[in-house]
Amino acid sequence: MATYNLNINGKNLQVDVDPNTPMLWVLRDHLDMVGTKFGCGIAQCGACTIHLDGNAVRSCQLPVSAVTDAQITTIEGLSEKGDHPVQKAWIEHDVPQCGYCQAGQMMTAAALLKSNPSPSDEEIENAMNGNICRCGTYTRIKAAVKTASQNQ
Amino acid sequence: MTRIQKLNRRSFLKVSALAGGGMILSFNWLAGCKPKDLETLGDPKEWFRVNGFIQIGENGLITIMSPNPEGGQNVKTSMPLLVAEELDADWENVVVQQAPLDTDNFTRQFIGGSQAIRTSWIPLRTAGATARHLLVHAAAQTWNVPSSEIKTNAGFLTHDGSGKKAHYGEMASLAASLPIPEEVQLKEISEFKLIGKSHRNVDIQKIITGKPLFGIDYKKPGMKYAMIIHPQAFGQKLKSFDAEEAKAMPGILDIFQIKSLQDDYTRTFFDTTQFTDLIAIVGDSTWEVLNAKKAVKAEWKLMEAYTEIRDMFGRPGKREVPSGLESTSSQEKLINQAMQSPTLIRRDGNPEQAFAQASQVIERSYTAPFLVHNCMEPMNFFADVQGDEVNCAGPLQKPELTEQALSARLGIPVENINIEMTRLGGGYGRRSYAHWLIEAAVISQKTKHPIKLVYTREDDMTAGIYRSRYQATYRAALDSDKNLIAFHVNAGGLPENPLYANRFPAGAVKNYLAEGWEVPSNVTTGSFRAPRSNFMASVEQSFLDEVAEAAGKDPIDFRLELLKKAKENPVGESNDYDPERFAGVLNLAKSKSNWGSEQAGISRGFSAYFCHNSYAAQILDLKMENGNPVIHKVINAIDCGLVINPDAAKNLCEGAVVDGIGTAMYGEQTFENGEPQKKNFDTYRMIRMKEAPKLIETHFVENNLDPSGLGEPAYPPVFAALANALYQATGQRIYEQPFEKHLNSG
Ligand code: FES
Ligand code: FES
Repeated sequence: MATYNLNINGKNLQVDVDPNTPMLWVLRDHLDMVGTKFGCGIAQCGACTIHLDGNAVRSCQLPVSAVTDAQITTIEGLSEKGDHPVQKAWIEHDVPQCGYCQAGQMMTAAALLKSNPSPSDEEIENAMNGNICRCGTYTRIKAAVKTASQNQ
Repeated sequence: MTRIQKLNRRSFLKVSALAGGGMILSFNWLAGCKPKDLETLGDPKEWFRVNGFIQIGENGLITIMSPNPEGGQNVKTSMPLLVAEELDADWENVVVQQAPLDTDNFTRQFIGGSQAIRTSWIPLRTAGATARHLLVHAAAQTWNVPSSEIKTNAGFLTHDGSGKKAHYGEMASLAASLPIPEEVQLKEISEFKLIGKSHRNVDIQKIITGKPLFGIDYKKPGMKYAMIIHPQAFGQKLKSFDAEEAKAMPGILDIFQIKSLQDDYTRTFFDTTQFTDLIAIVGDSTWEVLNAKKAVKAEWKLMEAYTEIRDMFGRPGKREVPSGLESTSSQEKLINQAMQSPTLIRRDGNPEQAFAQASQVIERSYTAPFLVHNCMEPMNFFADVQGDEVNCAGPLQKPELTEQALSARLGIPVENINIEMTRLGGGYGRRSYAHWLIEAAVISQKTKHPIKLVYTREDDMTAGIYRSRYQATYRAALDSDKNLIAFHVNAGGLPENPLYANRFPAGAVKNYLAEGWEVPSNVTTGSFRAPRSNFMASVEQSFLDEVAEAAGKDPIDFRLELLKKAKENPVGESNDYDPERFAGVLNLAKSKSNWGSEQAGISRGFSAYFCHNSYAAQILDLKMENGNPVIHKVINAIDCGLVINPDAAKNLCEGAVVDGIGTAMYGEQTFENGEPQKKNFDTYRMIRMKEAPKLIETHFVENNLDPSGLGEPAYPPVFAALANALYQATGQRIYEQPFEKHLNSG
């Protein structure tokens, strides 16, 4: 066990956990932030995507000890009022079916748009290819990313 | 014609004026139809429960219960919409609450077979109309005017003569105390204001902001985390285990053996459980439990053959479970033997003679592997067993059925069991088999802690309840004029026979023979999105494409001619499709796709199927790039009766197309000595954005027929639309799923 001071969604939070604990479980079990989802645990599905200093990372593969003073953003902190362009576009296209994969999808999309504000279709596909949606909402996700890109 | 609906008393338990609003609702499970509604109106001071479905606050806010679990089929929006329509409510002032399992107030609280809307179309509307009736009578009494002169609209009652006006909240208290009418009038379809227009998913705000919503998100104070270890292979049982080291690891509370269902328990169809002897690991956090799980040393032994006693929807039955460690190759041998001696299921005319006299016979065999549901939310459940009280919460499709098994296992009466239904991170049939709920409860009963049981992805993918492995051989006979004179299907599965003998082209061919077979297996299987249809459509529609080609006909015209025969001169009695509605979707697909006009480099495939009382036809356009298909467009033509929420309906059909293409291309579970070979998404390939169609168009046949299934009908035919387009592109027919194996890069 060790104590970690984390910067999550602009707040300083402290946890006392095993250094190898993946951020996914630190968020879900210890900090009650359950928006970040568990899907595979092996970096294959993208359900657990969060931002580390603005870059999309798989929180199931990120030990808490590796975070140090990096800024973490989760779906809960993507925007204060749920009005990030990606969130608004997700509403406009009524993207989710079961909804389980969507936090990960949105976090990947938001990171993409930050680094590339007007991605081509191919760039969207490349960026989003690591996120599985079993319900098959890919065509809506792609359309929503484009809408978000126009409305930033 | 306006329908008069007689009321069923049982579903209208009345409770008058439940005070203290917040007390009776757990607000975190409420969903606003418009994100801001709760803030605008504020919480009501008092709620009046008008019937089992509807509560009205004194300020006009309305809560509508959504009786069925939500797993992405959008029932949590569309079912309350039916209530709101007849209630004449303002949808923006409606909040939807997920009902718990409550067999007194609700019926058929389950997901499966695309039946939710079909079976609740009248009851839910009746609930809304009843509440409206009571509000109208309350206003009539209050204003001392005839009830027939009172109008309702968007949550308001008005009386033109006196100029009186009130919102529903003002009349709710009196309405809740009035006698329930004997019968109520339902609206004409032309009077609908909400049904038929698109309304957003009521949970969307929560989904996009990461609020707790799913079973895996559920938490209670004092809750511990649990995982299980099950045998690595089908045909194995737990022999012994050593958990000394694991028990001493940090955060671990206990590690012990559990028995989920007892061996002699009479199981319903949905109590299927392969591994009942399990090791349970309980601790303070998921990570600690995961680490301890790896440190447990378990030994397995071979399981002996046994007979499971079954209750098949009221009929006694049994399931023979053979011993042995099955492999994909050993299963193939058994399948090839079984199909040599099939059972006759349907026979019209004289098929043997017709085949003997045919000038051309086409015979093809098709296979499809076991499939895993792979819900993105792994199997999980919360259970808290304290003495004689059981509180559970989580994602499941058939709570009512699971409750029986749970009660029997715990020795606690069903009255003492509460099941709260959370949103499901996908179901597709998998969450009908809720052995994990029983496991969670058994662990809680033993440890006396509230327990959240979570399966790892590996546990989930290797725990069974797969889609069966199927195989079918088709034969078609053409006469010298290339007319289809006989049709023969011999289909079966390990362990389930997928055949629907009375579906198209039965009824359209004079000489018809349908036969089936089954091979027992110890691999557990269960319902999978569009059960059985998902195989039958995929192969039959490929075969018909080949037969049409042999007959020198356009694939759509070929089917239309057969449907014409089925309508004008049906063969046999029990054909279970309507040829005219079926032809309707074929024609719609044709007209929306410019069928017959060539597009440079584009290969097209057609397919159509009837299942779950709905009709679907599809046209798929693709181009090959580096040996792989790039799917440019899929057109869906669907007849599912009246469409309640069009945009959500389109979303479902789009999802079915993507899912179907992915499964056809990549879906497969294989076995080696009983052990499932694919354990996570690194080896079980799922469709990803790059492989999904660039564009999906969905068109609905416009009609006013009662709504039918929507979650499933677009899924089965797309396999064949893809296969047929691949043939156009490559000149190769594919007879084995997944298709990927037969493409250049595969
Ligand atoms: S849970 Fe991290 S990528 Fe799947
Ligand atoms: S919406 Fe269900 S997995 Fe993506």
